[in-house]
Amino acid sequence: MADPTNIPVLKDEIEIPKLVKGATSHYHCHEAKDKHLEALGFVPGKPADWKEKAITKLGTLLKEQKSLKVFMDICVKCGSCTDKCHYYLGTKDPNNMPVARQDLLRKVYRKHFTLSGKIFGKLVGAEDLTEDVLKDWYTYFYQCSECRRCSVFCPYGIDTAEVTMAAREVMNSIGIGQKYTLEIINKVQTIGNNLGIPEAALEGTLEVLEEDMKDDTGLDIKLPLDQKNVDVLLITPSADLFSEPHIYSLMGYAKVFHQAGVSWTLSSYASEFANFGLFIGSIDHMKKVAQRIADISREFNVKRIVVGECGHAWRVGYSFWNTLIGPFNHLDSKYKQPTHICEYTLDLIKRGAIKLDKSANDEFVVTMHDSCNVARASRMGDHPGGQFTIPRELIKHSCNHYVEMDPETTHEKTFCCGGGGGLLSEEIMDLRVQGAMPRAQSLKQVMDNNGVNFMAIICAICKAQFSTVLPYYGIPRDTVGGVHQLISNAIILGGNR
Amino acid sequence: MGSISVAGKEISTDEDGFIENVEDWTQDVADYIAQQEGIDMTEAHWEVVNFLRDYYAEYKIAPMIRILTKAIGKKLGADKGNTKYLYQLYPGGPAKQACKIAGLPKPTGCV
Repeated sequence: MADPTNIPVLKDEIEIPKLVKGATSHYHCHEAKDKHLEALGFVPGKPADWKEKAITKLGTLLKEQKSLKVFMDICVKCGSCTDKCHYYLGTKDPNNMPVARQDLLRKVYRKHFTLSGKIFGKLVGAEDLTEDVLKDWYTYFYQCSECRRCSVFCPYGIDTAEVTMAAREVMNSIGIGQKYTLEIINKVQTIGNNLGIPEAALEGTLEVLEEDMKDDTGLDIKLPLDQKNVDVLLITPSADLFSEPHIYSLMGYAKVFHQAGVSWTLSSYASEFANFGLFIGSIDHMKKVAQRIADISREFNVKRIVVGECGHAWRVGYSFWNTLIGPFNHLDSKYKQPTHICEYTLDLIKRGAIKLDKSANDEFVVTMHDSCNVARASRMGDHPGGQFTIPRELIKHSCNHYVEMDPETTHEKTFCCGGGGGLLSEEIMDLRVQGAMPRAQSLKQVMDNNGVNFMAIICAICKAQFSTVLPYYGIPRDTVGGVHQLISNAIILGGNR
Repeated sequence: MGSISVAGKEISTDEDGFIENVEDWTQDVADYIAQQEGIDMTEAHWEVVNFLRDYYAEYKIAPMIRILTKAIGKKLGADKGNTKYLYQLYPGGPAKQACKIAGLPKPTGCV
């Protein structure tokens, strides 16, 4: 892995940079090979009539998704979004201004789907789909993390993520895909999780973690696998079974279930909450990935599905599961299906079913990073804004020292970690580092001013991305961790059950 | 896509320099990749690589970091059974850089 060459210097505040044309035109995600495309039903190899095929596909999407057509038509170039993208702020490339990114698709839309564009061409911002335009599409639609921060500031609510997803769909339809995302979608559809962890390895992994918890607590806290007729099926990102700091949250979930006396299980068949089908805008693949979860919940005869700390998957679970893989009539209608682990744990705390010792986290001054797909694309609990209040309440139950970052960078205005939307790939490390600049800046601020040394997160991508890129800004890797990592430290186990 | 030439043998690699076929791996290959990565293979480095290879042979996947740190802790002493130590050995990350030298496929996903 080549070290990033161009690491932004953190300033006192986030500056709007002067444009550097083409600054990131050479950042290029690895393209999918034939086998990756074929495995997902895409036809590899750009066909001779690729342009016609692409325009036809775009036409289909415009018909199927009225929103996309509105987004193509409605932009007035007001400029509100220009300085809202972390990738633009970090890279200075004008094509990373959301409006410019959208226009890469919009100009082709104008050329082929509007009368004025057909007649007046470039005069009205219309342009044909050429090899060069296609190259720009691949480059810059894989420099968008689909985080939707720009949409918060758009007076018309244009959703750049949807535009990006549409462009990726069109490219997939002519045999051009991104390796990272497609390879992973194939793994989860064949093995059951993004990492490709087979059942035997999964069993061994869980045993090791159980031993660790035994060493730490003296208790037999279980990580049950493939148990039928239990109350809870836990679906969590497979990074929770592999990486640090992710595994500490997994141990946190296990301790919560243990202390509450709830029977639960993980599944080897559906060992993944993440759903990268979202990133390529493919409803078919989203459905296929999610279907494993619905199927196993039937087979295991569980009462409810609780899901772990994963941002985009929460969007899929909360907003789309019911349409994709529902209805969930086989589950207990008393419960929300799915329930976020944060909501689940907070409810237990409020009912007195589990207790926490805040002083266990006294070494930490904690802040919270809101993850985009939780913050801007879903909700949690029974009240508007629950996706912000529930994890924060949980954190405050688990520690004595909590500080907020600059409010311009939290809640729905949160900055992406720089690795979302299928961009958590090594070959674009420069982009990832630069895209993390805004968050690194606001984190550094509370580290310097308030002594913050722990940023709590409920997203596996954010955790992985930050632990990789923050060290380039001089911020230690272990500053990053899960909300349930704090719960794991603070939960009082044993006697009081 | 590319290839490396080690001891007169062409070995195909992916875009990131991970060898395509696990069977192509030899100690020379490991030394070669390590050199490219700027890593001087000490005995401690080999402990990690050997453990990764043994684990992969059994489970067809790289181990969870925690399993690796525990195994290294057992071999080299408890003070070395942690992620920090692994990052000292492999600054590019134990999961990715060490896997590359050990000839394992690159872990995918949110890692």
